[in-house]
Amino acid sequence: MSRLKLFIPVIVFFVLALMLWRGLSLDPRTLPSVLIDKPLPEFSLQTVELGDRVVGKADLPDEPFLLNIWGSYCLPCLQENPILMAAAEENLVPIVGVNYKDKLNLAQLWLDDNGSPFEFSILDESGRLGIDLGVYGAPETFVVDGNGVIRYKHIGVIDYETWEDEIKPAIAAVKAESTQ
Amino acid sequence: MVPELGHFSLILAFCLAVVLGTIPLIGASTGNRLWISLARPLATGLFVFLSLCLLVLGYSFVTDDFSVMFVAQHSNSLLPLQYKVTAVWGGHEGSFLFWTWMLSGWMLAVCIFSKAMPDDFVARVLSIMGLIAAGYTMFMIATSNPFDRVLPISPADGADLNSALQDFGFIIHPPSLYMGYVGFSVVFAFAIAALISGRLDSAWARWSRPWANAAWAILTIGIALGSWWAYYELGWGGWWAWDPVENPPMINWLIGTALIHSLAVTEKRGVFKSWTVLLAIMAFAASLLGTFITRSGLLTSVHAFASDPTRGVYILGFLGFVIGGSLLLFAFRAPLMKSEFGFAAISREVFLLINNIILVVASAAILLGTLYPMVYQAVSGGELISVGPPYFNIIFVPLMSVLVIFLGMGSVSRWKKTSLGYLKKQLLIVAAAALVLGLALPLALTLEFSFGATFATALGLWVVLGIVQDIRLKSANKPNLLAGLKSLAVSYYGMQIAHFGFAVILMGAGLTSIYSIEKSVLLSPGQTVGLGRYEFLFEGTEHLSGPNFEAERATFQVIRDGSFVRELHPEKRVYTASRTPSTEMAIDAGFTRDLFITLGEERDSGAWSMSLYIKPFVRWVWLGAILMAMGAIVAVTDKRYRRLKARTLEKQSVSSAVKDKTLQPAS
Repeated sequence: MSRLKLFIPVIVFFVLALMLWRGLSLDPRTLPSVLIDKPLPEFSLQTVELGDRVVGKADLPDEPFLLNIWGSYCLPCLQENPILMAAAEENLVPIVGVNYKDKLNLAQLWLDDNGSPFEFSILDESGRLGIDLGVYGAPETFVVDGNGVIRYKHIGVIDYETWEDEIKPAIAAVKAESTQ
Repeated sequence: MVPELGHFSLILAFCLAVVLGTIPLIGASTGNRLWISLARPLATGLFVFLSLCLLVLGYSFVTDDFSVMFVAQHSNSLLPLQYKVTAVWGGHEGSFLFWTWMLSGWMLAVCIFSKAMPDDFVARVLSIMGLIAAGYTMFMIATSNPFDRVLPISPADGADLNSALQDFGFIIHPPSLYMGYVGFSVVFAFAIAALISGRLDSAWARWSRPWANAAWAILTIGIALGSWWAYYELGWGGWWAWDPVENPPMINWLIGTALIHSLAVTEKRGVFKSWTVLLAIMAFAASLLGTFITRSGLLTSVHAFASDPTRGVYILGFLGFVIGGSLLLFAFRAPLMKSEFGFAAISREVFLLINNIILVVASAAILLGTLYPMVYQAVSGGELISVGPPYFNIIFVPLMSVLVIFLGMGSVSRWKKTSLGYLKKQLLIVAAAALVLGLALPLALTLEFSFGATFATALGLWVVLGIVQDIRLKSANKPNLLAGLKSLAVSYYGMQIAHFGFAVILMGAGLTSIYSIEKSVLLSPGQTVGLGRYEFLFEGTEHLSGPNFEAERATFQVIRDGSFVRELHPEKRVYTASRTPSTEMAIDAGFTRDLFITLGEERDSGAWSMSLYIKPFVRWVWLGAILMAMGAIVAVTDKRYRRLKARTLEKQSVSSAVKDKTLQPAS
């Protein structure tokens, strides 16, 4: 029996290696969030724009909206910013930002420099809200319906193609539902 | 033509590594003297050809040979010379070559500094390292050849080295980190050689110790350099972020720390043998896993744009072969290892065992946090989560606190058996003094109570005062203090310097986390902002033209309690070629505090946005790391190792003759 114990390290190692091997063959881009069709988590955080005011779930739009995870350090966020800006200008859909693991002053500078498509940006400096949302890293975008339920999630940058083919139809579907 | 020479050398190096990985190993098992004697020349040859590869790649960079794909991707004709040379490790292929070269460098060192060890043992060690080198060179030839050409149409100029890497930190951080990483392969090879030959005695532990200490010291410096580089280059004043790329070296460091302590017990007392071997395997596994994680793109796969899955599969296969094989060998051979001596429930052995367990648990927790998102995804069939610094801090801080308490008890206690009364007598006064001073010092400094600061200071002082107490005890029976100090071994001083360094890191990390303050403001020229005891007068900005950038340079007067301290000049740069903006922060470094200013943007009103930081004791984090590395190096220089080597050699030749009659050969 005590001899068998000595095989524990090698068994643990092979289990770990098996998982790593599976990890290699997965493409995280195609994977849905755990939170699809679940309500947004509760939170109570300050924002980039509103000073000391603390916002929570109640402050989010009561119509379908986009929740965009971004950070001033994140190059792809800069890339998708014009698309979100255009959507905001057309009043297509309200967009709320989550400023993820960033610094307030850097976030403010970034918005000043590049323009803000956001109603406001929730300041998630510690990344706590990001954990609750299952965020892997910025940028990520959630489509949330009027009842605060997550309906769609896109991981990674939004380019024109994904905007037209994925995000827009997802918004349209959620909107169509809410008008029924 | 020249790059092909490099390619050819790489293939030759692979062939040499394959021969080195087989012939001497077989020779050592069958007792073939000729085959055993091949190990040293083959290892030297491997080093020569890998050096040639490295020189060729460096030459291609310096001569701007953009027909070599790796050069075209990571250099540019305008890149300053020092970055052209160091761009060799600026990308995947080159850093792998550099890594393998480091491995062969360690092999050469083993050739040189192993004169006192039996030849068959050295042959086994070099052979095992040769197998690892064979795996690496084959990996390069098959999937990541740094000498691949872009022919017939070569780019006219290169894509340039990532601008974040064009910095002094990049010149020194990766080499030291790699060297430390790879250094653990020596200890690994010693452990495997000992497992194969069945001679897991204290001589084996004694031979391993200097190598483990050296690798550990270099790794410590490598991690500290990385932290310091992130601190001054990234501009947010942080020195550790639990980033997935930062974690593998930390895991390796924690296991390495456990290993050097466990080796000490094995050498001195002949116990914990299987545990030490397991740690040696784990330390090397951690360094391979670190390579795998950073090189396969596994953890960053969402954001990596060009990760190559075949590389990941290869490294994983290699990992499975080397580590899985070693652990299997361990499982079959461990029953051979019998502890020679017993020890009581309160003894130095037990305290070191507890410390070892804490270190391994801490590294397992970090590994779990690093891999959990991915493992969770693999198990749940695709759901994603993320793990951030709060998790790591919650686990790491309490574990390290407990570790420190046992550290103090372990270093005062004695081998084999220590009475509880003795421990109480020596340590109660230390504990009391640490608590009182821990409470008093932060209070005197800041006039307000903070539990965290008291805790961090008391823990640090517990170690420091424990060292003082131990030295006092050890020199108590000598006529005077000086004679007592002289009588202590060099390696003892090494240990105490390293422990002192650990206490310094502890206090530095604790106090800087608690007392750091920052402020983001908008200032017009002539305005002043106060932060802590300091006032910052913003005098305005001036335009400045650098060699390859345009800059706005601000001038600040730093005033403390009404008197002028110094001027600081943060800059906002735009690099002419790439039009990339960059912020050069101004840092006033000090023993007790750093002042830190980063410049933001100029507004229409002429005011500038900026952030100011005061970070007390942040230097102590790196100072402590330097002390720890110094301690380990001091221990390596202890003459005891060399003297004992010579003595054991004599003893062995006598005892092995006896052994041959009484014991059956191990293999």
